[in-house]
Amino acid sequence: MIEVRRLVKTFGLKPVLRGVDFDVEPGEFVALLGPNGAGKTTFLRILASLSRPTLGDVRLAGFRLPGQAASVRRVLGVVSHQPLLYGDLTGEENLRFYGRLYDVPQLEARVAQVLEMVGLAARRRDLVHQYSRGMQQRLAIGRAVLHDPEIMLFDEPHTGLDQEASLMLDGVLRQVAARGRTVVMTSHDLLRSAELATRVDILSRGVIAASYPRASLEPASLPSLYREAIRG
Amino acid sequence: MDPMPKGLKALNAVTGVLFVVALYLVLFYAPREAVMGEVQRVFYFHVAAGWVGALAFIVAAVSGVVYLARGDHRWDRVGLASVEIGIAFTLINIISGSIWARPVWNTWWTWDPRLVTATVMELIYIAYVMLRQGIEDPDRRARFGAVYAIVGFLSVPLTFLSIRIFRTIHPVVIGSSDPTAQGTFDMTPKMLTAFMFSLLTFTFIYATLLWHRLRLEVLSERVERRKIDLTAGGL
Amino acid sequence: MADQAAVVPVRRGAFGRAVAAVVWKDLAAEFRSRELLGAMLVFALLVVLIFNFALELDVRTRSTVTAGVLWVTFAFAGTLGLNRSMGAEKDRGCLDGLLLAPVDRSAIYFGKVVANLAFMLVVEAIVVPVYSLLYNVPLLVPGLLGVIVLGSIGYVGVGTLLASMAVQARTRDVLLPILLFPVVLPELLAAVKASEGFLQGLAAADILPWVNLLLVYDVVFLVVAWMVYDYVVEE
Repeated sequence: MIEVRRLVKTFGLKPVLRGVDFDVEPGEFVALLGPNGAGKTTFLRILASLSRPTLGDVRLAGFRLPGQAASVRRVLGVVSHQPLLYGDLTGEENLRFYGRLYDVPQLEARVAQVLEMVGLAARRRDLVHQYSRGMQQRLAIGRAVLHDPEIMLFDEPHTGLDQEASLMLDGVLRQVAARGRTVVMTSHDLLRSAELATRVDILSRGVIAASYPRASLEPASLPSLYREAIRG
Repeated sequence: MDPMPKGLKALNAVTGVLFVVALYLVLFYAPREAVMGEVQRVFYFHVAAGWVGALAFIVAAVSGVVYLARGDHRWDRVGLASVEIGIAFTLINIISGSIWARPVWNTWWTWDPRLVTATVMELIYIAYVMLRQGIEDPDRRARFGAVYAIVGFLSVPLTFLSIRIFRTIHPVVIGSSDPTAQGTFDMTPKMLTAFMFSLLTFTFIYATLLWHRLRLEVLSERVERRKIDLTAGGL
Repeated sequence: MADQAAVVPVRRGAFGRAVAAVVWKDLAAEFRSRELLGAMLVFALLVVLIFNFALELDVRTRSTVTAGVLWVTFAFAGTLGLNRSMGAEKDRGCLDGLLLAPVDRSAIYFGKVVANLAFMLVVEAIVVPVYSLLYNVPLLVPGLLGVIVLGSIGYVGVGTLLASMAVQARTRDVLLPILLFPVVLPELLAAVKASEGFLQGLAAADILPWVNLLLVYDVVFLVVAWMVYDYVVEE
C-alpha cells in the first residue's frame, strides 16, 4: 500500500530525512515514534502529498508521488494536530464543504453517517469554535474519513487532549482501522502506540532506526528499546 | 577557496578596457551638443544604464520561468543576481536622468512615461528583494521570487502604456518646459558611435557583475553548508 | 515496479463545484463573523473622511478628484481585505485542508478571487453611495459602476496571488502593499481615468483606451496567476 525507498528531504541545505525506507501492507496500522526533530511530521507531510521529496521514491496505493499526487489525494485521509476546520462554520457545514471538495456522492447521508460515527450528531449545528479540542479532533477525523479513503495518516492526534478525550479518540481510531484501512500514525505516546498499532517503527535522525511488529513486542520493553534506537 | 576562473579574469580585463574607451568616447570624442551643452553627455550612460536595468529584468523573468519549469536552483541564483544588478543600474538611470533634466528643463522630475516606468520598475525590484528576505525556506524563497519576477515583468509594459495614454489624452505640461521634448536632438555619427559603444560597454559590465555575483552566491552557499555540517554532524 | 495508471474517474463539473464550494465557504464564514467586512468598511469610510480634510473637496474640485479619492480608498481597503482573507487560511492551517483535496490548485485560486471580489464589491457598494451623499456628487452612472467592477476584478486577481505569497512571509502585513501597488498601478490608473471619463461625461473615444487597458490587464493577470498559482501554494 505504501512504499518508500531511499527518501531524502532537505530544506535548502539542511537535511531532515536521510534515506528512509518504509513499507506498509494493506490493513496494517503502523505507529511511527521518534524524538522531536527526527522528521516525523516532515515524513508524514510527504506521504500526504503536501511536501515534495527531494530524492527517492514514494508510492501510495500504487500511485507515485509527486507526479500522480492528484490520484493519491483521492484515497488519502489526513488528520494533523491542527484541526483544519473553519471555526465560523458549524460542524455539518465543515463536513459538507470538504465533502464538496472531495466530490463525495450522496453527501447529506454521508455527513449524517460520519457525524454519528464520531459521536457529534447532537452538536452538528454548533459552530466549530464552540467545540472543545477533543470534539474538534473527532470532527477532524470525520472530515478525513468522509470520502472513505483507503489510507489514513494521523500526525500526533492525541496532542492537547485530556484523558477522557484521548480514550474517545482511541475508540474512533480503532473503528477507523477496523474497516481494513491502512493507517500510519506518528506519536510521542509509546504505550498507546503499542496498544493500537500492528507495528511500531522508530524514526531517529532522519532514518528508520528500528521496526517492531506487535507480535514480537513486549509493550513493557518498548521504552528501553526506544531509548536504544534513538541513541543509535 | 576556488581561484577566479580564467574566463572571468579575461572578462574583467575586457570590461575594464571597454569602460576606459567608453569614457574617452563620451567625454572627449563625442562633440558638444549644440543646445544642451556638456550636460548632454550624461545621456550616453543614462540610456546605457536604463538598458541594463531592462535587460536585468528580462533575464530575471526568464530565469524565473525556467526555474519554475525545471526546479534547477542555479536559475534562481541568476534571477537574484540579475535583480540586484538591475536595482543598481535603474537607480543610476533615474538619478542620471534627473541630473540631465535639471539644467535642460529646470526640473528635477518629469512625469514622462520612461522615467515613471523606470521608477516603478525600481520599486518592483526592491519589493522582490523584500519578499525574498521575508521567507525562511530556500525553496519557497526561490519559487516566490520567480513568480514575482514574472508578474512584475508583465506589469511594466502595461505601466508604460498607461502613462503614455495619460500623456496623449491629457497632455499636461509640468514644470516650465515641455517634457515630451525629451531626447529631441539629432545624433551625429560621432555621437552615435559613443552611444552604441556605451550600450556595449554597459552590457559587458552587466555580464561581469553577474558572473561575480553568481560566484559569490555559490561560495556563500558552500559556507552555509559547512556551517550546517559542523553543527548537525554531517549527512 | 510500474506505476499504476492514474485512472480515477472525475465527475464532470468537479472543478466548478470545487470553486463554488470555496466561494460559499468564505461567504458563509464571513457572514457569521463579519469581521473582515467590518474592518474594510470602517477603514474605507475613515479614508474618505480623511480625504475630505486633506484635499478640501470644495464643490468645484470635487468632480475632478472624486475618481481618484474613490480608487485610492478601494485600493487601501482592498489590501486589508486580502491580507485577512489569505491570512486566515494560513493561520489556522486550513490551507493544508484545501491542498489535500483532489482538486486542481487553481480551483482554490478562483474560489478565493470570487470571494475576495465579492467582499470588495460589497464595500464599494456601500462607500459609493455614502460618498455621493456626503459630497453631493451624483455617482449612479452605469459606466462608472462597470469600471468599478472591471477594476476590482484585476485588483483582486493580482492581489489574491500576491497575498498568498505575502502571508507566508515574516513581514506579512507590510509586504502586500509593497508587492501589489507597483504591479497594479496601470490597472488603478486606467480605472481612475475611466471613472473620471464617465463622471465628466467625456467622449467615448477618450474613455475607450482606458477601458481597453482594464480589460487587457484583467485577462493577462488572471491567466498568469492561474498558471503560476500551483507554485505559490505547494511546499
